[in-house]
Amino acid sequence: MFRILNQVARTGMLTESVERPDDARLERLGIELRRQVDARFGHSLMIREVDAGSCGGCEIEIHALANAYYDLERFGIRFCASPRHADALLVTGPVSRHMEQALRRTWRAMPAPKFVIAAGDCACDGGEFGESYACCGAVDRVIPVDVRIPGCPPTPLCLIEGLLAALARAAD
Amino acid sequence: MNVTDSLADLQGLLTAPGIGATACAGVAGVEPCLALPAAHWGLLAELAADAGLRHAGVWADALDADRLRVQALFAAPDGYLLAQTEVTSAHPELASHTPCFPGVDRLERHAQDLLGVRFVGHPRGTVRWTRHQAWPETVHPLRPGFPLAGKAPGRTPADADYPIVRLQGNGVFEVPVGPVHAGVIAPGHFRFQVMGEDVLRLEERLGYVHKGIEKHAVGRDAAGLVRLAARVAADSSVAHAWAAAQALERACGTEVPARALHLRALLAERERVANHLGDIGGICNDVGFSFGQSQCTLLRERWQRDNATYFGHRLLMDTLVPGGVAQDLAATAPERLIHAHAELRRVLRGLFDILDDHPPLNDRLLTTGILKHDTARLLGCTGYVGKGSGLAHDLRHHAPYAPYDRLQLAAPVVEQEGDVAARMRVRMREVHASLELLDQLLATLPEGAIATSLMPRPEGCGLGLVEGWRGELVALVRLDAEARVARYFPRDPSWFNWPALEHLILGNIVPDFPVCNKSVNGSYSGVDL
Repeated sequence: MFRILNQVARTGMLTESVERPDDARLERLGIELRRQVDARFGHSLMIREVDAGSCGGCEIEIHALANAYYDLERFGIRFCASPRHADALLVTGPVSRHMEQALRRTWRAMPAPKFVIAAGDCACDGGEFGESYACCGAVDRVIPVDVRIPGCPPTPLCLIEGLLAALARAAD
Repeated sequence: MNVTDSLADLQGLLTAPGIGATACAGVAGVEPCLALPAAHWGLLAELAADAGLRHAGVWADALDADRLRVQALFAAPDGYLLAQTEVTSAHPELASHTPCFPGVDRLERHAQDLLGVRFVGHPRGTVRWTRHQAWPETVHPLRPGFPLAGKAPGRTPADADYPIVRLQGNGVFEVPVGPVHAGVIAPGHFRFQVMGEDVLRLEERLGYVHKGIEKHAVGRDAAGLVRLAARVAADSSVAHAWAAAQALERACGTEVPARALHLRALLAERERVANHLGDIGGICNDVGFSFGQSQCTLLRERWQRDNATYFGHRLLMDTLVPGGVAQDLAATAPERLIHAHAELRRVLRGLFDILDDHPPLNDRLLTTGILKHDTARLLGCTGYVGKGSGLAHDLRHHAPYAPYDRLQLAAPVVEQEGDVAARMRVRMREVHASLELLDQLLATLPEGAIATSLMPRPEGCGLGLVEGWRGELVALVRLDAEARVARYFPRDPSWFNWPALEHLILGNIVPDFPVCNKSVNGSYSGVDL
């Protein structure tokens, strides 16, 4: 236990470090995000993520949102296990036809009001894969999309920016 | 009998008059390569199994509207043998290798679904694997004449009637999981047959992220293929791009500059470190040890930021191009990177010391999810899954490709226990080994060009073999008469590591499934293609 506490103490509080320009930008975005979440979603935004044919790159960056540098949860935004608990659906991938029905069912399972964020080039416009015998070609071919976050994959900062846009959009 | 003998002996048996295999020089990058009559395809597997070889994959290739070529790769610890045969598209029947090598079950069914090869004697009969409901059983997307756009399928229904094997009896119940999982993970379906908490049977059903990658490759130029390969599985972006580029370069007879090879190895080792750190954290997280998870994720984040700074992309995508690499390393970078490696090593000493010897963690990881040595061997597992069960195979050591043939390599990391803890220890030791390699690569970085132009060779065919962070990775590339890609098949190590999960989970409790799964961490995208 002493070793763990020692390691934690030596690691320090990474989230607060603002000497990197990246972190400063993140902090600015984060504060804005926090306000939006507070105002529109009762202090918490629950996101259900669905990989609809992604190569896994977007998922790596979405996972990175949870690390100490970005710590997305401090803004009240959390990923949840069930679509029944979700305010937003975050979809990656060009929607493989094998996931088409599962994606539609997940969306239907969410309570209204709900909104959909397409993350990554594939989800936005098909990206490298496009429309084919195996892919629908973009998320909006299957379910309505409110916000698109391009990138291959989008960086964690792009994702946070996109979530901010999603919140502004959801308020319209 | 040593292993090189076993390869030579098999070659001798196959080329004997009774079987009549002939040497062929059609595929650059693998020696020997034998063509044999379709009638002896089954015998090939029996002889290879008797010789103690490992099956490293089987795939098919439609040469034209009438002919299908099927190739199988066999591995001895220090060499490979490629066997190929041809069947007609009208009667594409071959004996299945699955009875001798259960690890190729899904590869054979993949070839069946995409190209219509029927493997007679396959234990699952003609049950589909990669195909769900996006195209009918009667058509095959990789046959010539099938359009990339498909045939206007409309809405694709869920694959509801896939025949899962069920156990019956008092007290046995079923737990279906997926395709949409609770976490931020790729989709797949797992069906558990459970008695109380104990798992009696697990069946995986994948194919949900099938994107038609092999079809997309057809007609691409070299640069387009490597760009696609970088997106077969993002966590193995460098490994897949390297294997594809290597296959292309071998097919075209291109010599890659020494500096480019060093930079590729640098990228591949960085990919290994990033993913191993992610997995070690993930294993900790799956048993509720959030300290390990948060420490590893922050180290990974720093590592990925360095990737962006020095190599231009957080996940190192598109850093490889045919004939070399896309971007040179800045003059000041080696010194800074070596400093960053030293810093990471310092942090890891403390962290791994804790992870190695933390009773609550040991309690969950030791003896959990044991993959027996014999099972791993039978399935043909490589990478940390094989190494955790005593299988030392590592391409960098046993069949070294440039630049690894010029480096001082320590012996491959091997553990014997086969449990989750062993697979985690392999990763921890490999992180340190990769850091040593990275320092060595930077210290010996040759001067010179970072890329050469690839002169595409019409009808060229090459095999790429790379040790990705998950294990042995193979890529076949065949070019057509215009030197465009006619066939690309990347064989991710996950084809052999996924089936291991169905075995190692048996007798474990359902709540230990996430950590068992994480310890194997098969790629969904890499096998669904």
